[in-house]
Amino acid sequence: MRKINGLPVPHFKNTAGYMPDKLPTPFEVRLPMQMHSGKPANPVVKVGDEVKVGQLIGEAEGRVSSPVHASVSGKIKAIDTHDIITGQKAVSIVIASDGNQTVFEGVAPPSVTNTEEFIKAVGDSGVVGLGGAGYPTAPKLTLREGTNLDYILINGAECEPYITSDTRTMVDKTEYVFKGAQMLKEYLGPKDVIIGIENNKPEAIKKLNELCQGMAGISVHELPSLYPQGERKVLVYNITGRIVPEGARLTDVGCIVVNCTTVAVFAEYIKTGLPLVSRCVTVDGSAVKNPKNVIAPIGTPFRLLFDFCGGLKDDVKKIIHGGPMMGKAVPSSDIPVEKITNAILALSEKDALPPSPSPCIKCGRCISKCPVNLMPSYIEEAYELGKIDLLKEYKVNMCLECASCSYLCPAKRPLAQVMTLSKKMLWEKK
Amino acid sequence: MDNKIVSFSPHIRDKITTNRIMIDVLIALVPAFIAAVFIFGPRAALVTSVCVISCVFFEWLYQKALKKPVTINDYSACVTGVLLAYNLPVTIPLWQAVFGCAVAIVLVKQLFGGIGKNFANPAITARVVMFLAFSTTMTTWVHIPDVVSSATSIIPDGVSAATPLMLMSRGDFESLPHLLNMVIGTRGGSLGETSSVALLIGGIYLLCRRIITWHVPLAFIATTVILAAILGDLSLVPYHLFGGGLILGAFFMATDYPTTPQTNKGRVIFGIGCGIFTVVIRLYGNYPEGVSFAILFMNMLVPYINKFTLTKPLGGK
Repeated sequence: MRKINGLPVPHFKNTAGYMPDKLPTPFEVRLPMQMHSGKPANPVVKVGDEVKVGQLIGEAEGRVSSPVHASVSGKIKAIDTHDIITGQKAVSIVIASDGNQTVFEGVAPPSVTNTEEFIKAVGDSGVVGLGGAGYPTAPKLTLREGTNLDYILINGAECEPYITSDTRTMVDKTEYVFKGAQMLKEYLGPKDVIIGIENNKPEAIKKLNELCQGMAGISVHELPSLYPQGERKVLVYNITGRIVPEGARLTDVGCIVVNCTTVAVFAEYIKTGLPLVSRCVTVDGSAVKNPKNVIAPIGTPFRLLFDFCGGLKDDVKKIIHGGPMMGKAVPSSDIPVEKITNAILALSEKDALPPSPSPCIKCGRCISKCPVNLMPSYIEEAYELGKIDLLKEYKVNMCLECASCSYLCPAKRPLAQVMTLSKKMLWEKK
Repeated sequence: MDNKIVSFSPHIRDKITTNRIMIDVLIALVPAFIAAVFIFGPRAALVTSVCVISCVFFEWLYQKALKKPVTINDYSACVTGVLLAYNLPVTIPLWQAVFGCAVAIVLVKQLFGGIGKNFANPAITARVVMFLAFSTTMTTWVHIPDVVSSATSIIPDGVSAATPLMLMSRGDFESLPHLLNMVIGTRGGSLGETSSVALLIGGIYLLCRRIITWHVPLAFIATTVILAAILGDLSLVPYHLFGGGLILGAFFMATDYPTTPQTNKGRVIFGIGCGIFTVVIRLYGNYPEGVSFAILFMNMLVPYINKFTLTKPLGGK
């Protein structure tokens, strides 16, 4: 079997060994109604209402959507629009905390006895693709008729540098990851549930291996630590050897990929009834004084997490939501933690400025390491000339946007950006 | 706290830069430089320095004159200078070397858009131009005392000698130097091409640093050796291998990024093509040496090789 190209990016897993600390209850949280892909949730509270932890404040709207729950107890202060991590604005509900963190009376474990109830419970838990994609999990697990499901892959690769929140989930909530895997096996009936973990997380591999011992159909697959191992198509290929054809879904090749923290969240919800109201966030980067993992209520502004980690150094110039390879730079630390916030990074001036590009020297590094064998340097040339037919021929639509090309480029050309723009150009001119 | 830098991902980059690549190539050329000074004397250093300085100067002059950003600090002009010098006889008049540098930098590199945009290898094209323009001085080789079998009598300085390939093309097999001379470089030839050992050390350095891949050198050298064995005399194969500019060409000239294919498949095709043309010119052409012409000719074919070696995307229809 041909190996997929992977990059030995630096790991920077500085926070992997530390149990996450719980953030003191923030005085105010801001919960965007759009923390997932699909339709935004619909607010079901109004200004002045009293809410408690775990209470529904935004209900799912349509099939691909996800509910939002209060992450602190207190009073609804405002419902307005505010910046979110994507750079867009979204309706968000501001809750002034009373500091008590009183849990909502309605919080009770749901009854799960069949597939339908299981998927409903997953939806009610408010869980979405927590690896960063943010696709609501319930519709993902709703199989279309005639789907032949062979594998459910639980994604514990965490191939991005710095981030260790999935590692902590697998180490601190091993039981829930395993329980979730069992439920996926039981209610969706795949042949195998495989937990894929990069080999730079030996503790997570060991703990999950112990639980999977002797369990038929649930196993751990150790993966080499090569970026972008956690990309779903790459993961599918590296574990099952199956290639997802152009334009096809993962289910077309009999696979579903679910993030490990996602699995732990719905397993915990089914056990306790408490929906997704807080999560583990890795706070790291060269401008953070004491990098650590923090358990923060969803909706807490980044600023409070940085303060909790000893504050930021004076030369901070960039704040990133997510990892340094695919994460988005955000303009301000007022942006709230969302469901998908696995890490926030703050970079000092020397790491923050994007290098200035020089002409392409046609060295072919971007081609040699593209995980799906695209030709970024050719695509860039076609994009600059506006040649749609060439973009089509070079299959830029298949780009995973993993940014390996930009990472490797000796001329520091913004290839990943051009790939994204090319996809857009191709889409618009279709 | 606000107004942070917002830029597209990735937010970390690999350490490799264009400058670093050029510096690595220069480092890889150092062993051959030392060998050249030992074999040909201090004038080898003089010619090399003149070429480097001229190339950098012409790049600066062109960019200043046309009010373009000056890019001499990427060291690419230095690499061109060294490579051109290595392709010249040590006795070359300096003004001719300077002329060659102007051809390489202005005509071949800058007029086509500068670094990365030229389609022909600047040093090779300049060498070919000089070869045609100054055919006498470009084919005057100093005699190098045989260090292996001291049998050959001492020939006074300034007496022209022949390169092994010239001897072969004349059919004068008796005068071919001992093979060991060929490997260490004590033979007639261009100042940087003779020491195969020094060039191989540099080539291995480039391979280890992953500046080049093995595809072009291996395909080029293997094709040359195999074809020379089939079409020529088996006993002369080592002279084809070490007697001309093959090692220098295969590791340093046919691996020049902008003028060679970007995919490994394309690189193999390129290397094989270079090998075929080299042997055909050497065995059947009017010129004893064919490496430069072969690489230059294959440079012209690169756009077509690129077109036919598109990668197949994983899962692409």
